[in-house]
Amino acid sequence: MLTDITLGQYFPGNSIIHRLDPRIKIFITLLFFGGIFLAGNYSSYGLLILFSGFIISKAGVPIKHIARSIKPLWLLILLTVSVHIFSTPGTVILNIGPLTATMEGLQQALFMTVRLVLLIIIASILTLTTSPLVLTDGVEHLLSPFRRIGLPAHEIAMMMTIALRFIPTLLEETDRIMKAQTARGADFIHGNILQRVKNMVPLLVPLFISAFRRADELAVAMEARCYRGGENRTRMKELKYHMRDWLAFVVALIVIACVGGLRWVAN
Amino acid sequence: MSIVFTDVNYVYMAGTPFEQTALKNINLEIKQGEFVGIIGHTGSGKSTLVQHMNGILKPSQGTVSVEGIDLNAKGMPARNARRKVGMVFQYPEHQLFEETIYEDIAFGPRNLGLSSEEVERRVTSALQFVGLDREAFGKRSPFQLSGGQMRRVAIAGVIALEPEYLILDEPSAGLDPRGREEILEQILELHKTTETTVILVSHSMEEVAKLADRLIVMNDGMIGLDGPPQEVFRHGREKLAVAGVDVPSVCTLLAELSERGLTVEGMPLTPEAATDAILAARGRKR
Repeated sequence: MLTDITLGQYFPGNSIIHRLDPRIKIFITLLFFGGIFLAGNYSSYGLLILFSGFIISKAGVPIKHIARSIKPLWLLILLTVSVHIFSTPGTVILNIGPLTATMEGLQQALFMTVRLVLLIIIASILTLTTSPLVLTDGVEHLLSPFRRIGLPAHEIAMMMTIALRFIPTLLEETDRIMKAQTARGADFIHGNILQRVKNMVPLLVPLFISAFRRADELAVAMEARCYRGGENRTRMKELKYHMRDWLAFVVALIVIACVGGLRWVAN
Repeated sequence: MSIVFTDVNYVYMAGTPFEQTALKNINLEIKQGEFVGIIGHTGSGKSTLVQHMNGILKPSQGTVSVEGIDLNAKGMPARNARRKVGMVFQYPEHQLFEETIYEDIAFGPRNLGLSSEEVERRVTSALQFVGLDREAFGKRSPFQLSGGQMRRVAIAGVIALEPEYLILDEPSAGLDPRGREEILEQILELHKTTETTVILVSHSMEEVAKLADRLIVMNDGMIGLDGPPQEVFRHGREKLAVAGVDVPSVCTLLAELSERGLTVEGMPLTPEAATDAILAARGRKR
């Protein structure tokens, strides 16, 4: 039932992309996002597509998995495409009733699609090649400069880690309670929305109780081991920048600079 | 009148890298009125097996039928057949949700669409079976009870469905010895007075040996041994060792005694019976 869902999309591997420092990967992803919004013509988009193709080829993740992340968003893509085709003024190429499709609209729609697809691909490559734990570690490091203005970076990262850790546990629990209540005649599938919401009570109450119980137990277990967040904590695996991290960063920087440059040249 | 498994296979997460065969070619018949104990170590497939008995899991291959009706067919007959089998999961107290004990036990019977008088009768008798007084407990919140009491309320919630077959998955796990004893006694009592077929899943050989009149040992998704406890312990020692379950310490003691020259008649399974048998054996020797 529910436990059949594989959680998170981390795809274990040992490619160069997998081994990159998570902080660098987050930086490059953000840089790439910037690049996507900087791009404005065929050549700059072409360069971005080439660059993501290069990343995909190095990531060692089957194309099938990457394509799967685009699937849930095809409706959104379809919507933006149609809006752009029909709402951009310019040379009319087609008339369907009150709607007019334009050449410029078609181009805009194409750019929008490429933008969305690239955004999703790059974001999912980050999560596909970085295990959730390493990712939160990276986030903690990147947030730590903001500690000076009172941002509890360590605590945020710890919360993320714990949340990730408990998703499968709670899913399992949900599965078990659902089975148990089904055996007592509960029905989670049939009926109208109101009935179904009401039918969720026998599932949600035990689930919340068990979540609180687990939270309580975990807090006691952590305190029993003298856990105190933040100050003076050292870690077993320190993040370290390697040569490959700097290299990747420089490559990404050059590519994105070129994308920006191409836009200038075109104008 | 029985639960019948025909060539049942079950595969978890089929088609993914995590694919795992949990049941292999199970053929099994559980007759009405039996008290069946199912044992096996963790991951041997015992929980998976019992979850097939009321249609919670669908076999990947093969069929499971209750009184001749395929549980996984569509329509009312199959639904009614599923209702004949009540299932108490591990840690059933984790499924309590109502404000009062009465309401929680009434949840199942109400889902059956019974009249309020019938629901009341069933809740009262279910509470009685688990040894809780309706007057004293009915209006209390189930969350104020002790662990053992919560467990009993949860079991009552299934008993109130008045199933013909009652499956209990480790009903005594995590209880203190006294709570354990009480719950098992009540289950035995229920079996005797209402002739409910009981299927008890357990880790503990002692527990099962004492109560069950038929023992099924699961190993690696297959039925390793199946028979009356005495038979299983007498002839299946090697197989039990392979399956990773212990024989009751009483049996080990008697085996040890016979190795040192004191042969004890029969196959007593409880300390009381064993004491009698040993005394008798010593009497003969003198």
